[in-house]
Amino acid sequence: MASNHTVVTEPHILFGKLTFDSIPYHDPILVTTFTVVVIGSLGLVGAVIYFGKLKYLWKEWLTSVDHKKIGIMYVIASLIMLLRGFSDALLMRSQQAIAVASESGAGYLPPEHYDQIFTAHGVIMIFFVAMPLVVGLMNIVVPLQIGARDVAFPFLNSLSFWLFVVGALLLNISLFVGEFAATGWLAYPPLSGLEYSPWVGVDYWLWALQISGIGTLLTGVNFVVTILRMRAPGMTLMKMPVFTWTSLCANVLIVAAFPILTVTITLLTLDRYLGTHFFTGDMGGNQMMYVNLIWAWGHPEVYILILPAFGIFSEVTATFSRKRLFGYTSLVWATACIMVLSFIVWLHHFFTMGAGASVNAFFGIATMIISIPTGVKLFNWLFTMYKGRVEYSSPMWFTVAFFVTFTIGGMTGVMLAIPAANFVLHNSLFLIAHFHNVIIGGSLFGYFAGLIYWWPKATGFMLDEKLSKWACGLWTVGFFMAFMPLYVLGFMGMTRRLNYYDNPVWNMWLLVAAAGALIVLAGILVQLYSIFASIRDQKKNQDVTGDPWNGRTLEWSTSSPPPFYNFAKLPQVRDRDHWHDMKEHGLAYQRPEKYNRIHMPKNTWAGAVMGGFFLMLGFAMVWHIWWMAILGFAGIMGSWIVYAFERNKDYYVEVEEIEAIENAHYERMERAKQRKDDVADDVVTISV
Amino acid sequence: MSTVLAAPEPGYTGYVEEEHHHDYAGDSVFGFWVYILSDCILFATLFAVYAVLQNNFAGSIEARELFELNYVLGETALLLASSFTFGMAMLAANRDSMKGLYGWLWVTFALGLGFLIMEVNEFVHFTHEGAGAWDSGAWSAFYGLIGTHGLHVFAGMVWMLVLFALLKRDGLSTENRTRLALLSVFWHFLDIIWICVFSFVYLMGVM
Amino acid sequence: MLLLTGCDFLLFDPKGPIAAEQMDLIIISALVMLIVVIPVIVMSIWFPIKFRASNTKNEYKPNWEHSNKIEAVVWTIPILIIIALGTITYYTSFSLDPRKPIESDKPTMVVQVVAMDWKWLFIYPEQGIATVNEMAMPVDTPVEFLVTSDTVMNSFFVPQLGTQIYAMSGMENRVHLIGEEEGTYLGFSANYSGFGFSGMKFDAIVTSDQGFEDWVAKVKAAPQALDDEKLAELRVKSRDVAPMHFSNVNPLLFSNIIEHYTGALNGE
Repeated sequence: MASNHTVVTEPHILFGKLTFDSIPYHDPILVTTFTVVVIGSLGLVGAVIYFGKLKYLWKEWLTSVDHKKIGIMYVIASLIMLLRGFSDALLMRSQQAIAVASESGAGYLPPEHYDQIFTAHGVIMIFFVAMPLVVGLMNIVVPLQIGARDVAFPFLNSLSFWLFVVGALLLNISLFVGEFAATGWLAYPPLSGLEYSPWVGVDYWLWALQISGIGTLLTGVNFVVTILRMRAPGMTLMKMPVFTWTSLCANVLIVAAFPILTVTITLLTLDRYLGTHFFTGDMGGNQMMYVNLIWAWGHPEVYILILPAFGIFSEVTATFSRKRLFGYTSLVWATACIMVLSFIVWLHHFFTMGAGASVNAFFGIATMIISIPTGVKLFNWLFTMYKGRVEYSSPMWFTVAFFVTFTIGGMTGVMLAIPAANFVLHNSLFLIAHFHNVIIGGSLFGYFAGLIYWWPKATGFMLDEKLSKWACGLWTVGFFMAFMPLYVLGFMGMTRRLNYYDNPVWNMWLLVAAAGALIVLAGILVQLYSIFASIRDQKKNQDVTGDPWNGRTLEWSTSSPPPFYNFAKLPQVRDRDHWHDMKEHGLAYQRPEKYNRIHMPKNTWAGAVMGGFFLMLGFAMVWHIWWMAILGFAGIMGSWIVYAFERNKDYYVEVEEIEAIENAHYERMERAKQRKDDVADDVVTISV
Repeated sequence: MSTVLAAPEPGYTGYVEEEHHHDYAGDSVFGFWVYILSDCILFATLFAVYAVLQNNFAGSIEARELFELNYVLGETALLLASSFTFGMAMLAANRDSMKGLYGWLWVTFALGLGFLIMEVNEFVHFTHEGAGAWDSGAWSAFYGLIGTHGLHVFAGMVWMLVLFALLKRDGLSTENRTRLALLSVFWHFLDIIWICVFSFVYLMGVM
Repeated sequence: MLLLTGCDFLLFDPKGPIAAEQMDLIIISALVMLIVVIPVIVMSIWFPIKFRASNTKNEYKPNWEHSNKIEAVVWTIPILIIIALGTITYYTSFSLDPRKPIESDKPTMVVQVVAMDWKWLFIYPEQGIATVNEMAMPVDTPVEFLVTSDTVMNSFFVPQLGTQIYAMSGMENRVHLIGEEEGTYLGFSANYSGFGFSGMKFDAIVTSDQGFEDWVAKVKAAPQALDDEKLAELRVKSRDVAPMHFSNVNPLLFSNIIEHYTGALNGE
C-alpha cells in the first residue's frame, strides 16, 4: 500500500494529492475486500429500492430524532465495525502465528500492511465499536429509565450519530483510497508527524477522530442535561436506576475529557498542515507533551467505556436475582469516586518515559486507589445474588463471565500500576493481555449483556436464549484461549506490535492465541446468526407485555417497542425500583382514565445532510483538495443556519392517536394473557 | 437491612395527572453552560500547552521583544467594552426595545470586529518579524491559544449576524430570547478567557 | 511441556539485581492480589449456583440490600491491600528509580545509546569506540546508560537486566543497570517506531572484566571508524542490521545528536 503511491508535493488544484495510484489496485486482499463491499452495498441499496423502502428509510430512520431509533442505528453500525475490527484481529493473529523468522518479510503481511492493521484495529475497536455500542445503549435506555420522552436535544442527538458515521466512513475509505495511519492507535509523534508519516494515513486518523469526537462531545452535553433535567417527577438522583447513574458519570467524563482530545488532534493537525512545532522533534516541539495530553484524554476514555457496563451489570444482576440491588448508595458513591479519580492517573500509561520517582509513585498509588471502589462494586453485585433467586438467563451468563474475567484483568492492572514492575512490563504482551482482559471481560461483555437484556424492549421480540448462551460460552473460552497466552508471552519478554520474531517458543503460544481468536470468531458468528434467526422467528418470540424478564425499573413499564412518545402519561416515581414497586402493589398495567396531548420533536434532514458535508470536508482535508473543503465547510454552516431558520420543529400528538396506540397495546396484552391461560405450559422460568 | 416500602397513599396511580409545562429554554441554557464547561477544559488544555512550550523559542525572536502591551491594552479595551455593550443589549431586550437591542448589538459587533482586526494585524506583524506559527514551538503555542480564542470570537460574530436575521424575522420570540441568552453567555465567557490570556501570555510574557 | 523451561521466561530469569527485584515485585503483587481475587472468583461461581432460582430451599430475602458489616469488610479489605501495595509502590519507585546510581565497589561505566531507524547505536565514551546492535558490559559493574533517539520515540530494553527507558530525540534519559551473570541477553526496542521496528534487536553481552577488555580491543581493531560519512550512512533507514563495530568515535557525538534537535542551531 504505502510504498507504491506517488508522493505529490504540490497539491493539484482539482484533485489535491489524489492520484490514480492512491488506489491500491495491485493489492489482492484489498481489491477483493473492496469488490465484496461494493457488491454488498449495491445489493443492500438495491434491495431497499426494490422493496420500495427508500422513502421509509429516510423519513423514519435517517432523519429520525427519536432516541430509540438513533440508538438502534448506533448499535447496528457498531456491530458492522466489529466485523471490520475483528477481521483486523484475525489478520494480526494469523500473521503472528506464522511469522517466525530472523528478518523482516516473514508471514504474508509485510510491516507496511501489518502496521496499518494493528493501528486500525485499535482505532476501530475503541472509537467505532465500543463507543457507539455504549452510546447506542444509553440512547435506547436512559430516557426510558428516567421517564422522559426523548433526550434534551434531539437534533444534536441525530447530528452526533451522523458525525460518528462520517468518522467510520472516513476510516473505511482509507482502506481503498490511500492508506491508514501506521503509528499505533494513539499516533504518537514524531512518528505521526509529517517527517515520519508523510502521506495521508495519519490525516485520515486525524479527521476521522476529530469529526466523530465532536459528535461524542455533543452526546455528552445532551445526556448530562437529559439526566439532570428530564427525570420523571419523584425521581430524585438517589432514586435513579444505576445504569442511569453510570451513564451520567460517563457523560460527565465525556464533557470533561473530549475537549482534551479535540485540542491534541488539532495541534497535531496544525503540525502536519501548517508546519507548526507543537510536537516535532526539533524547533521547540515537545513530543512528551503529546503523550501526556493524549493519555489525559485516554484514561477517562476507558472509564467512559467501563462505567455504563458496570451499570448494565447492576441492572442485570438485580433483575435476575429477583432481588433489590445490594448497596445502591455505595455503588453510586463508588461510581462517582471512579469518575473523579480517573482524571489523576493518566501517567501510568508511560511510567517508562522518565518522569522521576515522586511523580511515578503518585500516579501509581492513585491508580491503585481506583481499584478500591471497583472492588466494592464487585462485592455489591455478588451480595445482590446472595439470598436471591438467580435465573440463568444469557445476560446473567455474561455477567458471571464478567465477574471471573474482569477480576483477573483488574488484578493484572494493579500489578502494572507499580511503576518499578511496569518498567519491565510496559508495552509487552502482558499489557496487551491486561487491557483486552478488562475491555472484553468488562465493557464488551457488559454491552453484550445489555444488548440481549434490552433487545426485546427496542425491537419487540426476544433474541434466542440458547444461541446467546452459546455465544457467551464461545466468547469466554475464546477470550481465555486468545489472551492468557499473551500474559505468558509478556513474561517471556515479547513486546507488542511485532510483525515477526525469531523465538520458536513464542510461536507455540501465538498459535494457541490464534486458535482462541477463531473460537471468538465462532462466537461472533453465533451472535450474527442469533440476530438473523430471531428476526426470522420474531412472531414466535414476541415480547407482548413489554416486561419479558420481570424487570424492576421504569423502562419495563412501556410496551416493546415503546410508542414513539415513550410514556402516554409520565410516571410519578416513589422508589428506585419503580416498576417493581408498581407490580408489588397491583398498580401495573392500569389503563389511565384520560390522556393529554404530547409535545414531540419533528424528524429533520439537518443531521444527515450536515453529516454529508462533514464527510466532504474530512475527505477533502485529507487529500488537500481545498475547493472541496471550502464547499464542505460552507455546506455545514449553511445547513446549520437553514435549520436554525426552520419554524415548526415540533408538534403535538393528539389524544386520539395516543388512545389508539395505547389501547392497541392493552388489547394485545389481553389477547396474549388469554392465550397463556388457555395453554397448559408455563413459559416463565428460564432454564440453564 | 431490608427495605420494604410502605403501601402507596390512596389515589396514587403511579402516573402524573397534570403535566407541568417543561422548561425547554432552561434546558438550552443549562446545556449551553455544560458546553461552556467543556470549552473551559479546551482552553485549559491550550493554556497548559502554552505553559509547557512558552520558552521554546529555538532561536526565533522572543515574545519579550515583540509584545506591545499598549496595543494589547487597546484590544482588551475593545473586547471588554463589547461585553458591556452586550449587557446593554440584554437590558434592552428585557424591556422589549427592538431598537435598543439592534443598536447595542451592532456596537458589540463593531467592537468585536475591531478586536479581531487588531489581532490579525498583530499576527501579520509578528509573522513578518519571524514569529510565525511555524517558527518555533513557543510561537506555535501562542497562536494555538490566542488563535483559538480569536476563532471563537469570530464564531460569535457570525452567530450575531444570524441572530440579527432571526430577530428581524421573528422579533423577541421565546426561541430568540433563549438564543440571545446563550450568545450572551458565550460572549462573556470569551471575555473572561481573554483576561486569562492577556495576564498569562502577554503580561507574564514581558516580565 | 518441553519448551517451558525457566529460561524462556525472561522476566523470571533475571541476570541482575534490578531485574531480580522487579521479578519479586511481580510475584508479590500477584500473590497479594490473589487474596481478593480468589474469593471473588469463588463467590462469583458459588453464589449463582447456591442461590439458583430452582433451589427453593435457600432463604430468599428479596428486599435485603444493605449490611453495615458487609460494607465494612468490602471497603476495608481492599483498602488494606492497597495500603500494602501502595507502600511497596512508594518505596520501589525510589529504590528502583532508573536514575538512581547503583552502589558498588566498581566505578560506574557510561554507555551512550542512540535509537536509530531501525537499529541501536552504542557509543562508549570512556573507551572511544562505538557499535551497532551489539552492547557489551563487564559483569558486576554498574553501567549508566544515557539514552536518546535520532529518530522517533523508542524504548531501550534488556528484560533480563531490568528497567526499560524511553529514547526520545533531543532528550537524555538515564537508566542504571548491572549484570551479575555472564551471558548474552536479548535487547530490543519496546516502543513501536515504524516499519523496521520488529528488527531492532541487539545482543547485550555481560562478560568478565577480561572478556570485556578483549571485546573492546576487538572493536578497536575494526576497519572502520564512526566518522561523519558513516554516520550519514547509518541515518539512512535500514532494517535487520547485523552488528557493526567502529574503532573510533567523536566523543561529542552523543551530545551533538541531542543538540541536533534542541540546539538554537536549528533556529537558523
